[in-house]
Amino acid sequence: MAGKDLNGSEIIIQALLNEGVDTVFGYPGGAVLPIYDAIFQQNQLRHVLVRQEGGAVHMAEGYARSTGKVGVVLVTSGPGATNAVTGLTDALMDSIPIVCLTGQVPTHLIGNDAFQEADTTGITRPCTKHNYLVKRMEDLPRVMHEAFYVARSGRPGPVVIDLPKDILMGLGQYEDFSKVEHRTYQPIIKAGKSEIEKAVSMIAAAKKPLFYCGGGVINSGPRACKQLDRLVKLTGAPITLTLMGLGAYPGTDKQFLGMLGMHGTYEANLAMHDADLIVAVGARFDDRITGRLDAFAPNSKKIHIDIDPSSINKNVAVDLPVVGDVGNVLDQMLRAWKAKKLKSNAKAMKAWWNIIEGWRAKDCLKYDQGGSVIKPQYAIERLYEHTKDLDCYITTEVGQHQMWAAQFYKFNEPNRWMTSGGLGTMGYGLPSAIGVQVAHPDSLVVDISGEASFLMNMQEMSTAVQYRAPVKVFITNNQYMGMVRQWQELLHGGRYAESYTDALPDLVKLAEACQWVGLRAKKPDEVDDVIQEMIEIDRPVIADIWVDQTENCFPMIPSGAAHNEMLLGPEDEASKPVSEEGMVLV
Amino acid sequence: MVEDLAIERHTIAVLVDNEAGVLARVIGLFSGRGYNIESLTVAETDSDEGISRITIVTSGTPMIIEQIKAQLDRLVPVHRVVDLTTEGASVERELALVKVAGKGNKRVEALRIADIFRARAIDSTNESFVFEISGSTEKLDAFVELMEPLGLVDVSRTGVVAIARGKAAL
Repeated sequence: MAGKDLNGSEIIIQALLNEGVDTVFGYPGGAVLPIYDAIFQQNQLRHVLVRQEGGAVHMAEGYARSTGKVGVVLVTSGPGATNAVTGLTDALMDSIPIVCLTGQVPTHLIGNDAFQEADTTGITRPCTKHNYLVKRMEDLPRVMHEAFYVARSGRPGPVVIDLPKDILMGLGQYEDFSKVEHRTYQPIIKAGKSEIEKAVSMIAAAKKPLFYCGGGVINSGPRACKQLDRLVKLTGAPITLTLMGLGAYPGTDKQFLGMLGMHGTYEANLAMHDADLIVAVGARFDDRITGRLDAFAPNSKKIHIDIDPSSINKNVAVDLPVVGDVGNVLDQMLRAWKAKKLKSNAKAMKAWWNIIEGWRAKDCLKYDQGGSVIKPQYAIERLYEHTKDLDCYITTEVGQHQMWAAQFYKFNEPNRWMTSGGLGTMGYGLPSAIGVQVAHPDSLVVDISGEASFLMNMQEMSTAVQYRAPVKVFITNNQYMGMVRQWQELLHGGRYAESYTDALPDLVKLAEACQWVGLRAKKPDEVDDVIQEMIEIDRPVIADIWVDQTENCFPMIPSGAAHNEMLLGPEDEASKPVSEEGMVLV
Repeated sequence: MVEDLAIERHTIAVLVDNEAGVLARVIGLFSGRGYNIESLTVAETDSDEGISRITIVTSGTPMIIEQIKAQLDRLVPVHRVVDLTTEGASVERELALVKVAGKGNKRVEALRIADIFRARAIDSTNESFVFEISGSTEKLDAFVELMEPLGLVDVSRTGVVAIARGKAAL
C-alpha cells in the first residue's frame, strides 16, 4: 500500500532522521527555503546557523571527526554551494564523511544562467567522493540514503546532493533505502588469508620494523585503534603516526616515536630511513611524509594496509599490499600472530631500540624559554599540561602553531584531534571547534590557532555565541603568517613579502565586541594564569598569547631533502642550504 | 616515481552505470591527475540494466597504469575495470570515415588503395568519396597517410573498441 505523499523537503528530513542525523550545519537562501520551512515545522533535527557556508562544512568536519558519524551540511544554490567547495575539498583530502545538501534552481531553469545558479555537480565533481543531481522525485529517497552509504563506506569522504527547488516542493513517496545494498560500490573490507600470513611473518622476521600509521586507523574506529595498540605491543616494535593519525596510538607510550614527516621528530624520521620493514597502516605515503622519494626508506620492505587500493603503490612501491578495513585486517593479523605463535626477534629488537634511544637523546623538540618573550612551544606545552587530564578536544588552524601542537600535545585517544592535514586550510580550526563543541557540549574544546588563520573564519565567533558553544581559541600571536615567514627566511633570503599582518585587530577587544571573553599573555609567567582562566570560563574565550615573532618550527626536512637530511635547529640552517629542486616543491 | 620504467600502452574496458556525469567523472579523473588518454569511446551496451562500456587507450609506467585502474575502480558508478592488455588475449578495432576529394588519376588511385585496405566507399560524388575503413589503429593511420596526397579533406575516427577473446564475458 502506498504511504502518505510528502513533499521533497519532508522526504529529505525523514531520510536524515532515519540515518540518525541530529544536527545540520547550514545557511538558508532562496533555493533551499522549502527545506528550511520543513525544518521549522519539526523539532527532532537541530539546525546550526553558520555565518558563511565555508564555516558550515568545517563545523560538520569537526562534528564528524570527533564523533565518527557523518557530518551534514545544508546550503543554498550558487554562492552557497561555491562557498562550500573549500570545505568539501578539505574533507576529501582528509577522508572525512560529509553529506552536503545544496539547493539548485528549478529543473526547468538549469542551464539558463538563472539567478544564483551554478553548475554545482560540475564544480564539485573533483572535490567530492561522489555527487548527485536529483532530477526526478522518485530518485530522491534512494539518493539520500545512498549518499550516506557512500560518504561513510570504504575510504570516507564528502558527498554532494544537488536539489532543484521543484524537487524540494514536489510531492512523492518516502521509502527507507538505508539497508539497501549498493549495486556497484562495495569496498573490500577483509583481507585475504595469504596476505595476512605473509604480513605477520614479515613482521616477525624483521630486525628493524616500524609501524607507520595514519588517519585511516582513526576512520576505522576506536576498536581499530585498540587492536593497533595490541599488535604494536605484541611485536614490541616502534610506531610513528602521521599528522592525521595522532591519537590512533597513545601519544605518551614509550613505543611511540612521535609524529613523522616534514616537522616530525628526529627519531621518527630516522627510524623511517633506517627501518628494514615499514608497516603502513591507513596512511598514504604523501610528500610531507616521504621527503625526497628516491632516498625514502632505502633499505626497507614495505607492507601497506589500506581500504583504498588507489592509495597503494601510488607514490611508493610496496612489497605487500593488503586491501581491507584497518580494524578487520588488524584483527586478522592479531589472530594469525597468535595462531602461529610468532615472536619478534628479541635480540635484533633490542639493538634497534638502542639505536632509536640514541636518536631520542638528541631531544629534537627542545627549545629555550629563557628571556621575557613567550616561546610558542612553551605556550602549547603549558596548554597540554593544563588540559591533559581533562575531557578535551583540540582543533587547529594551519601553519607553525599546527605543527607545534602536533609535536607537543600528546593524544592518548582517537577522535580528540581535528586538523586540516591534506589540504592545509587556514580558517579550519574555529568552525571545526564549534562543530566539535556542538557534538560534545560538556567537553573542553580548544582551537590552537595563529592570528592569521583565525582571521580567515572569525565570523563564526557569532555562531559560537548563538549556540552557547564555549570554545576556546588559543592564539599563538606572532603577527606573521609564521610558516610563510619561516619559508621566506629559509628559502627566499629573508625577504618577508606580505607575510606580516599590519593593522591586526585588538583581539581582546574583538572578543568583547563579539560577546566572548578576551585574555592576553605577554610574558612567560602570565601563560599559566591565562590558560587556567580560559579553561574555567564557561563562555567562548580568545586567549591572545603574544609569542616570539621569529621562532621557527624545527625539526624540519626541507622540501626535496631526505629524512636523514633534516634541520634540527637554527644552527643547521646555514650549513644545509635548500637545493634548487627543493625550492620548486611546496 | 621511484622507478623510471618504460611507458606502456594499455587498453582498459570500464563498465559503468549509464547516468548523467559518469563520462565527465572518468575524463575529469584523467585530466585532474595528469594521465594520458590516447582514445576513449563510450556507448550504452545494455539498455535494460542501463550499463555503458567505456574503452580507454592510455599510456604510462606500470605503476601509473595500476593507479589508473585503481582510481577508475573506486568511482561510485563503476561496475568493473578490466585491463585488456594484461588480462588474456583481446582484439581491438577502430572505425574511420575518410573523405577524399579529387579528380582524374588521383581519384582512381584512391579507389585502388581503398580496395587494397578493404575500405568501402559509402558516399560518392563526381569529385569526392567517403570511405569506411575498420581495423587496427596502425592500419587506419597508414590508410589516412596514403590518402593525404590524393586529396584527403576530412577524417572522423571512433577511437578503439576492444573485447577479450574466448567465450567469457567481461
